[in-house]
Parts: sequence; structure tokens; C-alpha cells
Amino acid sequence: MESILKFLQMGGYAAYVWPCFILTAAVLVAMLVSSMRFMKKSENILKSLQGDDKETDGEA
Amino acid sequence: MMGRFGQIVSRDLHLAVKQGMDSFMVVMFFVLAVVLFPLGVGPEANILARIAAGVIWVAALLASMLSLERLFQADYEDGSLELLSLAPFPLEAVVLAKVCAHWLTTGLPLLVAAPLLAVLMHMNADGFIVLAAALALGTASLSLIGAVGAALILGSRRGGVLLSLLILPLYIPVLIFGVSAVDAAVGGFPMKAQFLILGGFLLGALPLCPWASAAALRQALE
Amino acid sequence: MLHRFANPKRFMRLSGLLLPWMAGLAIALVAAGLFMGLIVAPADYQQGDSARIMYVHVPNAWMAMFCYTAMAVASAVSLIWKHPLADLAAKSSAPIGAAFTFLALFTGSLWGKPMWGTWWVWDARLTSVLVLFFLYLGYMALYNAFDDPTRGSKAAAILALVGFVNVPIIKFSVDWWNTLHQPASVIKMSGPAIDASMLWPLLLMAFGFKFLYLWILFLRMRGEINTNKIRMIRLRQIHGQAG
Repeated sequence: MESILKFLQMGGYAAYVWPCFILTAAVLVAMLVSSMRFMKKSENILKSLQGDDKETDGEA
Repeated sequence: MMGRFGQIVSRDLHLAVKQGMDSFMVVMFFVLAVVLFPLGVGPEANILARIAAGVIWVAALLASMLSLERLFQADYEDGSLELLSLAPFPLEAVVLAKVCAHWLTTGLPLLVAAPLLAVLMHMNADGFIVLAAALALGTASLSLIGAVGAALILGSRRGGVLLSLLILPLYIPVLIFGVSAVDAAVGGFPMKAQFLILGGFLLGALPLCPWASAAALRQALE
Repeated sequence: MLHRFANPKRFMRLSGLLLPWMAGLAIALVAAGLFMGLIVAPADYQQGDSARIMYVHVPNAWMAMFCYTAMAVASAVSLIWKHPLADLAAKSSAPIGAAFTFLALFTGSLWGKPMWGTWWVWDARLTSVLVLFFLYLGYMALYNAFDDPTRGSKAAAILALVGFVNVPIIKFSVDWWNTLHQPASVIKMSGPAIDASMLWPLLLMAFGFKFLYLWILFLRMRGEINTNKIRMIRLRQIHGQAG
């Protein structure tokens, strides 16, 4: 328990060290998630359009 | 070839003179921007003297940007740019000619106004000539670099503000060495290095900027 | 070699296969780096535990530069060889690079406070990174400033190259400016020769971030390729209805 506390305190620099790591993680994860959603959304629209296309003009 | 070059320069100059307001407004902006600083910072002579070189240079940067947007705009809109690009005369030379005209109507007036503003900012008299010389080299580079930006934003939305965002970072080296030259002169330090570097920037910009601008213009005309 | 990847279909297949690997490597390397950096590596002799910020700050800064280089190279390829995927690679790299740049600035500031006592210091490195941030923002603004996406991509490509040529010039100028105004103490952020116990977590994080970049890049490029297909299908539909 004591060593975990020591770890969290980062030798007194906790207020500087942890925000760095947390913000880095937050920004990079947010970028990752938004990119995944961008890709998924475009895939969905494409699939539905290609479905429409096949129906309307009957060619692959 | 030189005749053609001269033609383009004089055409742009004619247009600028006919409109007349452009140079005047650029100089007015320059003066106003500098005058704001004592009003904002306080009239203490030694503080103003300390920031004088930097303030004058930054104001010159901002002022020289004002008329850049229209460097290619009018010709682009009325089709003369397309004609110029199709002529046997190289587009890079057209850019250089237009930049010359721009400098004559913008950079040169700033040069003339600068010593006056140096007086207002309590700059040490040792710095005046160096200020003018450094600005001469610097504003020429600024016109060249600005031309690249002006070519890139043709046909874009919000061209004016976008132009500032694009080229202000690119102006930073000129700013740093321009101010350093003046500060060195005022402080009695050697300034040869700064002038060599400013000259180097100009020599580098002279071939590169018209080349990049022409490439951007061709993209715009496609 | 590049021509083999010019085909969007092939890229979609390839990137689809590689994605889980990029993801796995990114997660594994970053996890290892964090573990080593936060727990295993010793605290710095002078800076104590605040030196651990280095394990995110330095990789962020390296990636900021790396992404800009990638953007510039992709832009050159797009302009010179008209490679169809190159401009998408450049466009997709920009926001990733901007994010890393922002993080480099933020973590640099937080590292500077315990070291130098202020939140912002106009040292050569932070100032250069700040200017790099503006170059990224300008690139993204220009790319999106045109109604015609082709025009936007070409103009932005030219800007990326112009900016790339300027980066060393700006760095040199800011270095000069900084030594001029701070002749006394020039504190190097990474200190003297770095110990192996600190080098390892740093390298792990750096490589982990590279794979993270590739992971996000592939995701975004796939999204862009899909978006282009969508645009073409919609155009075709409009023409079909009109004709």
C-alpha cells in the first residue's frame, strides 16, 4: 500500500507528472477513437450506397 | 524579355497608382500599429527604446501582409492571369515582376516611414540607418514569401485571414535576424552576421519563391 | 515499389491485414515503455521523478517532427508522381502530427514548471515546436479552405513542402535568437549522455508511438478512400438521374 502511494506521489512531482501521462493518453485515445468512427461511418455509408446502386441499375 | 518584365512591373505599378489608396493605407496601418504600443505599454523612453526594433519589425511584417491578398486576385478573377500563364513568357518571371511592383508600392514606403517611427519609439539614433537597410532586405524577402501564400489561397474561402496564418510562421526567421541586426547596431555589437543571413534569405527566396508561386498558380488555373 | 500500392483496392486489403498488427505492436510497446519508464527506471539524480515526463514529452516531440516529415514526403510524392494515395497519406498525417505537437508543448510546459519555475519558457526547442504547431494548423486550414478537394490537396501539398524547407531555417533562427537572449543557463532537456535504464523506456515509447501513428493513419486513409468512393457514387447517381 505504502509503495503504491509513493508511486502515485512521484517524489512530490505528482501534479506535473500525472497530467502529462493522462493528457497524452487521453488525446491519443481520442484521436484513435475518432479515426475508428470516421472509418466505420464511411464504411456504413458506402455499404448502403452500394446496396442502392445494385438495386437501381442492376450492374455490379 | 526584359521589356516584357518591365511591362508587367509598370502595369502593376500603374494599377496601384490609379488606386492610390493601397500604399497609403499600408503605411497608415504601419504607423498606427506602432503608435498603439506606447499607448498600450506606457511612455517610458527606456522601455520603448528596448522594444522599438521588435515593434517596428512586427508592425512592418503585418503591414506588408495587408496588400498581399490582392497580388494575384484581380488578375485571377478577370482572366488575365490565365493569359499570362499561356504566354511564352515564363510564369516565374511574371511572379517576380509582380513581386517587384508589390515591393515598390509596399516595402519601399515602409522603409521611408520606419525612421520616423524609430524616433517615436525613442530608438537610439545609431540604429536608424541599420533599421532602414535591414528592412530593405527584409521587406523584399517578405514580398517574395508572401507571393507564395497569395498564390496558394487563390479561390479559397476566407483567403485573407488564411494567408496570415500561412505566412506568418514563415516570416519568423526574417523577423529574428532583422531585429537582431538593429539591436546589435544600437548596442554597438557586430552585425555583419545578421546582414549576411538576411542577404542569404533574400538570395534564396529570389529563385525559390517565384518557382513555388508559379507552381501554386498553375494549380489554381487548372 | 510505390506503384504496387497505388491501387486503392490493394491498399484497402493490405491495410486491413496490417491493422491488427499495428494495433497490437502499438499497445504492447507503449505498455512496456510505460511500465519501464514509470516503475522500473530510476528517478533522475537532479530532477527526481519529474524527469519521467521525458518518457512522453520526448516521444511526442519526435513524433511531431516525424509526422511533418511524413506529410512533406507524401506531399512531394503526390505532386511529382501524382500517386493517388499520397495526398490522402499527407492529409491523414496532419491531425495526428498536430496532436503530437500539442502534447509536446503541453508536456514540455509541465516539465518546465518544476525545472525552471515557469509554465512557459521561450527556449529554442519549445519555441520551434510552437511554430511547427502553427505550420500544422495552417496546412489543415488550407486543405479545407477549398470547395474542390483536389485543389485543396494540391495547394496544401505545396505548402507542406514550403514549410518543410523552412523548418530547419526556423529552428536555426530560433536557436540563434535563444542563445542571444539567454546566454547564461542553457538547460538541455534530456541532460547529458542518457543512461541505458532510461534509454530503453524512451525507445519503447518512441517505437510504440510510431506504430500508433501507423494504426491511426491506416484507419484515416481507409476512411478517406471510402469517402472518395462515396463521392463518386453520389456523382454517378446524380448524373444517372439527370441523363
